[in-house]
Amino acid sequence: MSWNDTEPMVSIKDVYKSFGTLEVLKGVSLDVMKGEVICIIGPSGSGKSTLIRCINGLNDIQAGSILVEGQEVNDPELDKLELRKKVGMVFQQYNLFPHKTALENVMMAPIRVLKHDKEIAKKAAVDLLRKVGLEDKEKAYPGEMSGGQQQRVAIARSLAMNPDVILFDEVTAALDPETVNEVLLTIKRLAEDGMTCILVTHEMGFAREVADHIYFTDGGLIVEHGNPKKFFENAKDPRTKEFLSQIL
Amino acid sequence: MKYQTYKTDLPVMMPYKPVEIENFGSSIKFWYLVPILALILGTSAIAQSGSDIRLGTMQTLMRWMPLLLQGFIFNVLISVMAMAIGTGLGAALGIGQLSHNRLVRSSSWLLTQFFRNAPWLVLLFFAMFLLPFEVNIFGIIVPLPDWVKATIGLALPVMANVSEIIRGAVLSLPSGQWEAAESLAYSRRQTLWLIILPQCLKRMLPPWMNLYAILTMATVLASIVGVSEVMTLTGEALAAEGGRPDLLAPFYAFVLLIFFVYCYPIAQLTVRLERKFSVIN
Amino acid sequence: METFYEWFLILYEDTGINLPFMYDDYDRGRILNGLWATIKLSATCVLFSVIIGMVGAWLQGSPWKITRRVVNIYVQLFRNTPPLVQLYFFYFAVGILIPRVENDWGGTSPLIDSFGWAVISLSFFAGAFNVEIFRSGIEAVPKSTIEAAKALGFSRLQIYKDITLPLALRVVIPSLNNNLVNLVKTTTLAYAIAVPELLYESNQIWSDNVNVTEMMLFLLFAYFILVGILVWAMNSWDRALKIPGFGQ
Repeated sequence: MSWNDTEPMVSIKDVYKSFGTLEVLKGVSLDVMKGEVICIIGPSGSGKSTLIRCINGLNDIQAGSILVEGQEVNDPELDKLELRKKVGMVFQQYNLFPHKTALENVMMAPIRVLKHDKEIAKKAAVDLLRKVGLEDKEKAYPGEMSGGQQQRVAIARSLAMNPDVILFDEVTAALDPETVNEVLLTIKRLAEDGMTCILVTHEMGFAREVADHIYFTDGGLIVEHGNPKKFFENAKDPRTKEFLSQIL
Repeated sequence: MKYQTYKTDLPVMMPYKPVEIENFGSSIKFWYLVPILALILGTSAIAQSGSDIRLGTMQTLMRWMPLLLQGFIFNVLISVMAMAIGTGLGAALGIGQLSHNRLVRSSSWLLTQFFRNAPWLVLLFFAMFLLPFEVNIFGIIVPLPDWVKATIGLALPVMANVSEIIRGAVLSLPSGQWEAAESLAYSRRQTLWLIILPQCLKRMLPPWMNLYAILTMATVLASIVGVSEVMTLTGEALAAEGGRPDLLAPFYAFVLLIFFVYCYPIAQLTVRLERKFSVIN
Repeated sequence: METFYEWFLILYEDTGINLPFMYDDYDRGRILNGLWATIKLSATCVLFSVIIGMVGAWLQGSPWKITRRVVNIYVQLFRNTPPLVQLYFFYFAVGILIPRVENDWGGTSPLIDSFGWAVISLSFFAGAFNVEIFRSGIEAVPKSTIEAAKALGFSRLQIYKDITLPLALRVVIPSLNNNLVNLVKTTTLAYAIAVPELLYESNQIWSDNVNVTEMMLFLLFAYFILVGILVWAMNSWDRALKIPGFGQ
C-alpha cells in the first residue's frame, strides 16, 4: 500500500458498528492528517470510545472502512500485529503491567514485539521516562505510583513502539484534578513534537488550546465538527450547543 | 468482584463466577461418559482381534459386572460410614480449634495439622495395624473386622479436613456477626451454636460434599490393605479369568466408569450449590 | 556419627523402642533410598503437573471448540475417578502395550518401569486439578491489562507467557500450594505398584522387625516434615513474587 503524507493518515468512512442488536456507530466519517491533533467529544454512550477502539482493531466494524496509512483495518487478512505497531493506544485505566517496574513496562514491547536489542531498548526507555518527567521512577512498580504517574508511564510505553498515531481514550477521566494537568501537559508536548493524536476527552480547555479539529458525536453520529475557534464560539447544531452549555 | 474463599485443604474449590443457576439436569453433561465407554469398547475390540476361542471380552465383562457392582456398593458403604464418623469427630475437633481455652485450641490444632499432613494410605496402614482385632467394651467383646478398621482409618483424614472446613467457614464470617451477638449479651457458647454455626452450615456444605467425593475415591485404597472391595474383586476376577492381558483395560476402565458415574454428579452438585449459596450471601 | 546411631541401639535395648533404620546400616540405607525415591517422585510429578496445568489452561482458552472439549473431558475424567485405579490402569492396562527391551541380565523389561508409570499417572492426576486452578487464575487477570498488551502488538502466545501467566500465578499460589501438598501425599499410592518409595521401604522394615508402631509414627512424622518443607518453600516463593500494591 503506497501512502504519502498528502493523504489522510487515518481515514474513517461511513462506519457502522453494533454490539449484538445495539447499534453504537451509525455511519461515522472523519479524516485525520499527519501531525494533526483531533479531539472527539460528546455525551457518554455516543460511541466515542468505540470509534477509536475500531481504529486499532480492538473492536471490529460491521460496515464501512477504516484506512490507516492506506491499509484497510477491516480486512480479515490484515495482520493486526503490524497495525498495532503503527497505532499506539493509551487507556483510561492506564493498564500498566503490575508485575513489572516502570522501566520494564516501557521496555517490554520493543524487546518482545519489535525484537529490539535489550540494551538499546533500555536506553530508549530511560529517555522516554525522562521525557514524561518520571526518570526517578524507573524501578517503581505501578502499585507504588499515583494515577497521574502511571498514566504518564502508559504514554511512554506507547511511545516506545514509535507509532505514527496515538489514540487516547479518556485518559484523564480516572485521575484526580491535580494530576490531570501533568498528563495533559505531556500530551501537549507530544503534539508540539508533531505526533498525530486522536483523543476522546472531556477536557474542553485542552481541546480548545491544542486541537486542530474537534468532532462532536451524539447517538453514534458526528453531529458537528470544526476547528476549535469555530466550534466553541459558533456552534451551529442545537445538540452541540446544549452539550457545550452543560459542560462549559 | 469479591468471592468467598474457604480455607480448606481440598484442591478443588474454585472461586465462583457469577452465572445464572441452570437447571440441574442440564448441567450434568453425561456425554463425558462417551469417551470412557469408547475406551472400554475400543480396548475390547483391539483385544478381540486376537482371540476367537476364548469368550469375548465384552461378554466376560458382562459376566463379572454384577459382582463388581456389588463390590462398589461396599465401597459406598465404607465411604458413608467413614464420612459419618469423620464428620462427627471432625466437628468436635473443629469447634475445639475455636475454643478460648488455649490448651484445647492448640491441641485441637495440632491434631488437625498432624492428620491433615499425613497421606491417606499411611493413616490407613496406621489404623489397620495398630487397632486391635477386637475391643472389650463393658465386658462385651466387639470384633473389629478388617473393613471396620479400614473405615476408621479413612475417617481420620476426614476428621482433620472437616475440622479445617469448620474453622475456615467460621473464620470467613464477618466479624460483625460476633460483635452483634456480643452486644446482645449472648454468651460465647450461645453465639457459636445459635448464630455462627447455622450460618456456616451453608458455607461448609460444598467443601464437605467435595470431601465426600474424595473419600469415595479413596476407598479403593482399602484394597491395598486387603479389604475386599471393588478393586480386590477386580483383581480376583482377572485372576479367575486366567490373567488374560486383553481383559485388563476393559475391567479397569469399567471400574473408572462406575466411580465416574457416582462422583461426577456429586462434583457438579457441589459447584451448583456453591454458586447458589454465594449468590444468596 | 557412629555414637549417634549407637544411641538408638541403646534406646532399643533399654526401652524397646525399635528404630532399626537408625542403628542398622542396611535399614538406614533402605529408608534413605525410600526417602530419596519419594522426593524424586514428588518433585518430578510437581513439575510435570504444573506444566500440564499451564498448557491445559491455555488450551481451554482456545478459539476451537474441539480443543476446549478435549481438555474438559480430560479434566473431568481425572478429577472424578480414583487415582489408584488410574495408576493401575496405566501400569497394567497400558503398560502391557509398551514394547519390551533387553535389559542387563539377559531378560526383557518394559521401556517404562513402575516409577515411570507412577510419574505419568500422578502427573496427569494432579495436572487435571491444576488446569482448573490455572484457569481461575487466568480469568482473574483483568481483561483491560490484556487489552493494553494487545494494543501494543503482543501476540497471543506472548501475552500468555509474559503477562497472563505471571499475574495468574500470583493469584493461584494458595490453591496451587494445597494441590501440590496433596500430590506429595498421593505419591504413597506408588506403593501399590511396588515403587520403592518411603512407605514401601518402611513396610519392608516393619515386616522384618515387627516394629509397626515405631515405623508408623516415623512415617507420619516424616511426611509431616516433608509437607512442611514444601509449604515453607511455596510460602517463600509467594513472598518473593509479591508485587507491591497488587492483590492484597
